Amino acid sequence: MAKFYAEAIKKSDRIDRLKENLFRKMPEIESARARLLTESYRQTENEPTIIRRAKAFQHILRNIPIIIRDEELVVGSTTIAPRGCQTYPEFSYEWLEAEFDTVATRTADPFYISEEAKKEIAEADKYWKGKTTSELATSYMAPETLVAMKHNMFTPGNYFYNGVGHVTVHYDWVLAVGFSGIAEKAKKALEACKVSDADYARRSRFLQAVIISCEAAVAYAKRYAVLARDMAQKEGNAARRAELQRIADNCERVPEYGAQNFWEACQSFWFVQQLLQIESSGHSISPGRFDQYMYPYYKKDLDAGKITREFAQELIDCIWIKLNDLNKCRDAASAEGFAGYSLFQNLIVGGQNAEGLDVTNDLSYMCLTASMHVMLPQPSLSIRVWNGSPHELLIHAAEVTRTGVGLPAYYNDEVIIPSLMSRGLTLQDAREYNIIGCVEPQKAGKTEGWHDAAFFNMCRPLELVFSDGMDKGEQVGPHTGDVTQFKTFEEFYDAYKAQMEYSISLLVNADNAIDAAHAERCPLPFLSSMIEDCIGRGKTVQEGGAVYNFTGPQGFGIANMADSLYAIKTLVYDEKKVTMEEYRKALAENYGKGLPASEVEFLLGEVVKNLHAAGKPVNEAEVASAARALMTPTNKYDKLLEMIDAVPKFGNDIEEVDAFARDVAYTYTRPLEKYRNPRGGQYQAGLYPVSANVPLGAQTGATPDGRLAGKPVADGVSPSAGKDTHGPTATANSVSRLDHFIASNGTLFNQKFHPSALSGRKGLENFVALIRSYFDQKGSHMQFNVVSRETLLDAQKHPENYKHLVVRVAGYSALFTTLSRSLQDDIINRTEQQGM
Amino acid sequence: MAENYLDERGRIFDIQRYSIHDGSGIRTIVFLKGCVLRCKWCCNPESQEYKIQTMTVQGKPKVIGQDVTVREVLETVERDRTYYRRSNGGMTLSGGESLCQPAFCEALLRGAKERGLTTAMESMACADWKVIERILPYLDTYLMDIKHTDPVKHEKFTGRRNELMLENAKKVAASGMTELVIRVPVIPTFNCTKEEIESIARFSAALPGVKKMHLLPYHRLGQDKYEGLGRQYELKDIVPPDNATMEALADAARRVSGLDVQIGG
Repeated sequence: MAKFYAEAIKKSDRIDRLKENLFRKMPEIESARARLLTESYRQTENEPTIIRRAKAFQHILRNIPIIIRDEELVVGSTTIAPRGCQTYPEFSYEWLEAEFDTVATRTADPFYISEEAKKEIAEADKYWKGKTTSELATSYMAPETLVAMKHNMFTPGNYFYNGVGHVTVHYDWVLAVGFSGIAEKAKKALEACKVSDADYARRSRFLQAVIISCEAAVAYAKRYAVLARDMAQKEGNAARRAELQRIADNCERVPEYGAQNFWEACQSFWFVQQLLQIESSGHSISPGRFDQYMYPYYKKDLDAGKITREFAQELIDCIWIKLNDLNKCRDAASAEGFAGYSLFQNLIVGGQNAEGLDVTNDLSYMCLTASMHVMLPQPSLSIRVWNGSPHELLIHAAEVTRTGVGLPAYYNDEVIIPSLMSRGLTLQDAREYNIIGCVEPQKAGKTEGWHDAAFFNMCRPLELVFSDGMDKGEQVGPHTGDVTQFKTFEEFYDAYKAQMEYSISLLVNADNAIDAAHAERCPLPFLSSMIEDCIGRGKTVQEGGAVYNFTGPQGFGIANMADSLYAIKTLVYDEKKVTMEEYRKALAENYGKGLPASEVEFLLGEVVKNLHAAGKPVNEAEVASAARALMTPTNKYDKLLEMIDAVPKFGNDIEEVDAFARDVAYTYTRPLEKYRNPRGGQYQAGLYPVSANVPLGAQTGATPDGRLAGKPVADGVSPSAGKDTHGPTATANSVSRLDHFIASNGTLFNQKFHPSALSGRKGLENFVALIRSYFDQKGSHMQFNVVSRETLLDAQKHPENYKHLVVRVAGYSALFTTLSRSLQDDIINRTEQQGM
Repeated sequence: MAENYLDERGRIFDIQRYSIHDGSGIRTIVFLKGCVLRCKWCCNPESQEYKIQTMTVQGKPKVIGQDVTVREVLETVERDRTYYRRSNGGMTLSGGESLCQPAFCEALLRGAKERGLTTAMESMACADWKVIERILPYLDTYLMDIKHTDPVKHEKFTGRRNELMLENAKKVAASGMTELVIRVPVIPTFNCTKEEIESIARFSAALPGVKKMHLLPYHRLGQDKYEGLGRQYELKDIVPPDNATMEALADAARRVSGLDVQIGG
């Protein structure tokens, strides 16, 4: 008998109807949470912060409106409207008020908001002035950090304005003993506290907060039990009545106690997943190794003949739908960086256990099948690949990839396990890793990884090299000298490294300030109840309660920097075809292709200011003509652009260039790892952009690789779009030459394939071989868009026909038509690999 | 032949990596320049002349043809060894007609085999049997084009009669030294009828050891190249066969031959 049941199971009709209901309306912002949170805070003014957090959580869960949607088998909705979201003013609120009137019409991730909700949210927001984490964080930042942020050297926007999220909890604890079991543990710890203990105050209040939070979660589930019973009584359809009665029984039992069967386990899992996202606005709450911790419940039912595979599949599909029911509204700028209503709930299948054995099981296949049934962006499905992965699992994964849904993402155990060990994880823990958010590995239930801590644009420090640290009239970086006076490439490169090191140190300052603010103002007792060793240490994850602590800001633009520095080395220093002064001018003038309006405005402002200062009259016509000159394209740098074009580029399997790129990546990854965060953990670099390579590219001037100002920078560790011209194997060889081990917070490698490359069994085999081969060469991650250029272009023209077209953006998938035009273009322009 | 076969020189016009439609697994195709036929539909017209040419590509002149040693070619082929290992892939020779450069062709195949790579060759077998005989020991898969069974029609569309090729097909099959796969470009106005495809299928089925036949639908991707070479594209007015036509032809071929017939490589 086969080890697994690898055959795909048929989709229940219910799933399509649930999906249809989910997308009936535009997502909506609701106000209940903000109102209830604020009510509670007003009542707990003088209590310890941790108790206030727990009581607010409890108050919200007691009173937030609840709903069971038509035909649901797994229940628990944060909003009445499908795909709606609540707001979290304790982290930041000003942006939403400022965008009240535009949030419904903006290009990236619009949300409907009613006048009544606006009023209620605005009322609640009044309380939060001066009390948010973002305000406290700002006050903790050094002045030079604020300057650097103003100049877009990096952006820590994610945690600056929101909760942290980015965690996988011990779902297995809740499944096994329920929240009553966890509360029991906290009670025992509380009893063990002596009033004379040095940390009694903090520890005892934290444990009390855990107990309140656990009880709140249980009480919330019981509200659903009552509602379900009530609905069952009124239900005319006998089959649905029975379902509702069963739902009521489930919610009566879990998550208070351990799950007795698979359906209860699904329900218990869901409450954990949902409630973590009511406690805080942090995204990337990642279910992790769902196929592992759910398996015992499935197996028990299956062996006892209590469940069919078809019904188990239906329950899993229902969870997949629910994962798309949650939503989050971000500010307009962040919405561009995380476009596609994405919550990055990363769920991973396959891989090894702590002993190093492959633990693929039936559920691993069923999770893949669920993504094929549901065809929606959530969960961010991932798969672990190693030498012992069953071939059929990968083939099944490739079948999912072939649908074009952009899922799953493939991860290489052979890189990630040693990489995590180099950061202090035990071998056993490292073997059990899962992925958070986009591409970030961690050990579930033990880690506060701060994985998505900032976007660091590696192109910006290079711009500062050309201006001796100046940006738009302000000294943003250190003085590294007159760029035209550097005698050797090494001097130039050293200046870049100096600019990098300085900006990185400010990034650390920003992240640590935000970290401290979260610990002080928004510790999370509910989350902490499911993370080791918070109860043991008597503190929240925000205060260093987790076993492993990291901060992982991600750098991007490696390909642009590798190509840029290589072009400078080649053209200016080795071949001496171009002088640095020519290069500097070409960059300042955007290679003669017209400066972006914002730049022109600034330059003219400077001119006018200088004329004024010199006491000269300002002639409007002259200024206008100067503006035209700056904005009008010319051909005078075309020859330079041609020379740059001829310099070899990263991504074409040229050892020398690739080795160079590897070194350039070190300018980010190496300085970073020497820093530490307030939770006692280390910084570790990631090399991935989410979708920020587009909006942050818009803030970046022309780069020496020939990239024009404002254009997207390269995504992840992938080569610049269209610069890799030797097919996917050459590209993968190049990318594998980067050091993926040191980027232990994850690397992201995008490939786009034409559907014909995956056709037939042979296409799948070759596709899997391609992934295996990249991984043999120690690449860490790979993801794919399998959709033809024609389809995407057509979807831009007729979005109404492609409402459900899902594409891979960065470390996640999103509905194509919800993305901004520029991000759509970026995806279309990625190099398309087509088997010859 | 050069003293060391790795130093043998030949003329190529392209090397394409990640080829997944010409032989097993992920392959690297080496395109040799020069051909004996002048097929009107040829999608690589720049392959036909042995001499080095200039072709206009996207408005810019591009030199087509490069003289290289076997060693140099194998260096590029080697770059994707990891992929061959995982997919049972390797090197494929194409053209042009590789057999027009017999020593180079033989040395390339031998070099690949000695490095443990699988080898394949797309070819019309339009060469002296002695030439073919020499390369067979180094060739795992022979992807042999049989375009038509009628010598007169063959000559009209390709410039040569087909007796030699059909004879060579029989000899290759009889040798048992290589897996022989029959490939048929399906070209409207030339061979895009049930009768013509059936005739090729019957011929193929009679070759000992042949199990597979590929029907390759005509496409117009090469059309721009004719302009780029300053040539006239004679088949402007024909339309690629649609899927239904291809399926019907494949069915017909299967019925008369019992072969494993697939559409596309």
